[in-house]
Amino acid sequence: MSAVIDDHGHAGADHAHGPAKGLMRWVLTTNHKDIGTMYLWFSFCAFLLGGSFAMVIRAELFQPGLQIVQPEFFNQMTTMHGLVMVFGAVMPAFVGLANWMIPLMIGAPDMALPRMNNFSFWLLPAAFLLLVSTLFMPGGGPNFGWTFYAPLSTTYAPESVTFFIFAIHLMGISSIMGAINVIATILNLRAPGMTLMKMPLFVWTWLITAFLLIAVMPVLAGVVTMMLMDIHFGTSFFSAAGGGDPVLFQHVFWFFGHPEVYIMILPAFGAVSSIIPAFSRKPLFGYTSMVYATGAIAFLSFIVWAHHMFVVGIPVVGELFFMYATMLIAVPTGVKVFNWVSTMWQGSLTFETPMLFAVAFVILFTIGGFSGLMLAIAPADFQYHDTYFVVAHFHYVLVPGAIFGIFASAYYWLPKWTGHMYDETLGKLHFWLSFIGMNMAFFPMHFVGLAGMPRRIPDYNLQFADFNMISSIGAFTFGATQIFFLFIVIKCIRGGKPAPAKPWDGADGLEWTIPSPAPYHTFVTPPEVK
Amino acid sequence: MMRHPHVWMGLLLWSVFGQAHAAWTVNMAPGATEVSNAVFDLHMTIFWICVIIGLVVFGAMFWSMIIHRRSTGQEPAHFHEHTWVEILWTVVPFLILVAMAIRATKTLIDIYDASESDLDVQVTGYQWKWHYKYLGQDVEFFSNLATPADQIHNKSPKDEHYLLEVDQPLVLPVDAKVRFLVTAADVIHSWWMPAFAVKRDAIPGFVNEAWTRVKKPGIYRGQCTELCGKDHGFMPIVVEVKSKPDFDAWLAERKAESAKLKELTSKEWTLQELVERGDKVYHTTCVACHQAEGQGLPPMFPALKGSKIATGPKEGHLSLVFHGKPGTAMAAFGKQLSEVDIAAVVTYERNAWGNNKGDMVTPKDVLALKQAESQ
Repeated sequence: MSAVIDDHGHAGADHAHGPAKGLMRWVLTTNHKDIGTMYLWFSFCAFLLGGSFAMVIRAELFQPGLQIVQPEFFNQMTTMHGLVMVFGAVMPAFVGLANWMIPLMIGAPDMALPRMNNFSFWLLPAAFLLLVSTLFMPGGGPNFGWTFYAPLSTTYAPESVTFFIFAIHLMGISSIMGAINVIATILNLRAPGMTLMKMPLFVWTWLITAFLLIAVMPVLAGVVTMMLMDIHFGTSFFSAAGGGDPVLFQHVFWFFGHPEVYIMILPAFGAVSSIIPAFSRKPLFGYTSMVYATGAIAFLSFIVWAHHMFVVGIPVVGELFFMYATMLIAVPTGVKVFNWVSTMWQGSLTFETPMLFAVAFVILFTIGGFSGLMLAIAPADFQYHDTYFVVAHFHYVLVPGAIFGIFASAYYWLPKWTGHMYDETLGKLHFWLSFIGMNMAFFPMHFVGLAGMPRRIPDYNLQFADFNMISSIGAFTFGATQIFFLFIVIKCIRGGKPAPAKPWDGADGLEWTIPSPAPYHTFVTPPEVK
Repeated sequence: MMRHPHVWMGLLLWSVFGQAHAAWTVNMAPGATEVSNAVFDLHMTIFWICVIIGLVVFGAMFWSMIIHRRSTGQEPAHFHEHTWVEILWTVVPFLILVAMAIRATKTLIDIYDASESDLDVQVTGYQWKWHYKYLGQDVEFFSNLATPADQIHNKSPKDEHYLLEVDQPLVLPVDAKVRFLVTAADVIHSWWMPAFAVKRDAIPGFVNEAWTRVKKPGIYRGQCTELCGKDHGFMPIVVEVKSKPDFDAWLAERKAESAKLKELTSKEWTLQELVERGDKVYHTTCVACHQAEGQGLPPMFPALKGSKIATGPKEGHLSLVFHGKPGTAMAAFGKQLSEVDIAAVVTYERNAWGNNKGDMVTPKDVLALKQAESQ
């Protein structure tokens, strides 16, 4: 790194020229802003694709009876919806935000490992082409749920499962490289004076997320490799007939899977912790406790995995341990929510679109947290497990959690990215339609789940009909609204009121000290942080 | 109904949508056992704890959003920490959780105590049906979905128990401790009876325990709750709980029937009789994968119509049905069906859909194969 800084004097002129022309700019770029942009567009495409799978699911569930798709295709839709949303929409969106914002927030000229950055992005389109192509293969695509429990995903899987395994490997490699890059950048490239405890919370939460990624993506790679061995090389990791254990799959999968859910929410915590103070015009309440709470959540996320498996028959002592550990997560999560509310308390609040999404995030994520606390109670989980109550729970933490966090971030930083203000009226309309659609889609799922509707079924008893129809109408509303978001973003890129360097008067941070749009190269000379 | 916490939501939606089906169930039911009642109480307690915390937190937020707006001329305060408040809101939730955990632990330990049962039932999940075996009673049977395909494909009106009806329910005695030994033959299933608060994964190669003691006779309905392939949504669970004398009478009747079934093996069957019986067996056991016209769903589920095996030597055909095909969804039906039913279904497959082989496999052939295997 020192070589770059030494060269600074005459290399500065070189850096001043803009991006390369044409398509090759995007293929070969090592610029964190270009790569961030590509990640964000990729994630939005995956969001629409995964969303269209959800529309198929909701269309089939609109009424009882089989109307639109057959059960085998329905299972492919639930599986692909989950996989595309988790690995294609949410995770890449946060990596995109990290690429764009971490260097700007810590005063770094770029990510620490720019070429690897390029490679980790370009692995993703390859991985997803591979994954989506399975839908067109004989026997169809993955149909065993995004959790792909063995032996349904091994002995009983369609032939395309091998392609699915390699797609997961590619995504895992991409995520690990992205995480290494984030850690290297944060630990090495902070501007002078930017001590760890001065970093914006988005940087902090991403630092912790990156460690989670490095810890658990290899575990995911391990479990899919064991599947590959079982399918093609005659091993019996997950087959009792050969001395293996199907439950072993679930232990390994959820050792990955539970930290994974925090991977999808911690960066949103960070972003919201910048946005709420900005529109409350008041510093974040309890910065230090926020950092420690994030660390505590990350630690706990490693020792709660079997709460996804309360009904597989683990011994009662194990059951109790995982119940207690899971309930503990409510404490640091509660601290975060209390801190956000205290930040707003006696502020001077305005409700521009990023703030609307951030406030909705706090309220609705908390509702998802409440149902999570209910699910932690093991005896009660015997009734909730694998019903629509669980579907309601994790959609409440993922849609108004992760996705609203991403929307809030996008509106908050769009002026910095494009140099234009987005259309505030349209932004608010996007928020309200999303808010109404999302609640209409997912709130009734609590009811049908408690009334006894299992998840992942293409057809249901008449008693669930009305709430399912309401859910479907809400889902269609939410889905259609996201096309509208695309329109808002394109409109903002193409023009609009020019954005000043700091469009939000309450905002704080290095990213607002540079012009809007952010120049192609920023912080070539590190800023001084007091 | 008015006890339900979300009843206002139901009423609101009901008023919007006008005439609707009778069902706006928004909450768990307390169920029919002591355990299910305890679980229901835990559920309601944690629910109300969440509601109260929610009211406080959201109340503060909405107060702030209404009063502390810039448009009301609000000047922002500058505080950003307060040690005592922060300690308080860490410790208080922790104490609430401890109280909750103590209650939950009691119920959980109770749920795990399956000792001293009056009746043991082995529950086995198959793609896509349940098998029940009364241990030590020589009674066992499969329980299949009984909802007609016409209702599923919207060709006839759906009845009240749509998708929750089986041909033979599990029958249990009232007020007796019944222990379930839950396992599976192929993939993982999960046996869930909401009214008993019993949900246990059925895992191939492993046996899980659960138990119940039902307080009142009646018919209870549930479903498989672990994704188990194509027809996961079509393998309901129905339990009929009878009074002790009724249950004993039922059990005696079933025992007599199973003795009669054994006699059928030694009976001389005609081709016509076997095909007729096989038609029925095929349409409960095989149709989900191989389809009504034997056309299958290639490549996952091969066609039988004109297939090499169904039109080849009958020994090979019988062996495949008897042993299954490891590594695929084709199960070993030798363990699932009676000798008569295997003979009948193989004979049927060799003579249906233009396969017209004209030959037959008799129950005695199947018995011979079974005896050869066991030596």
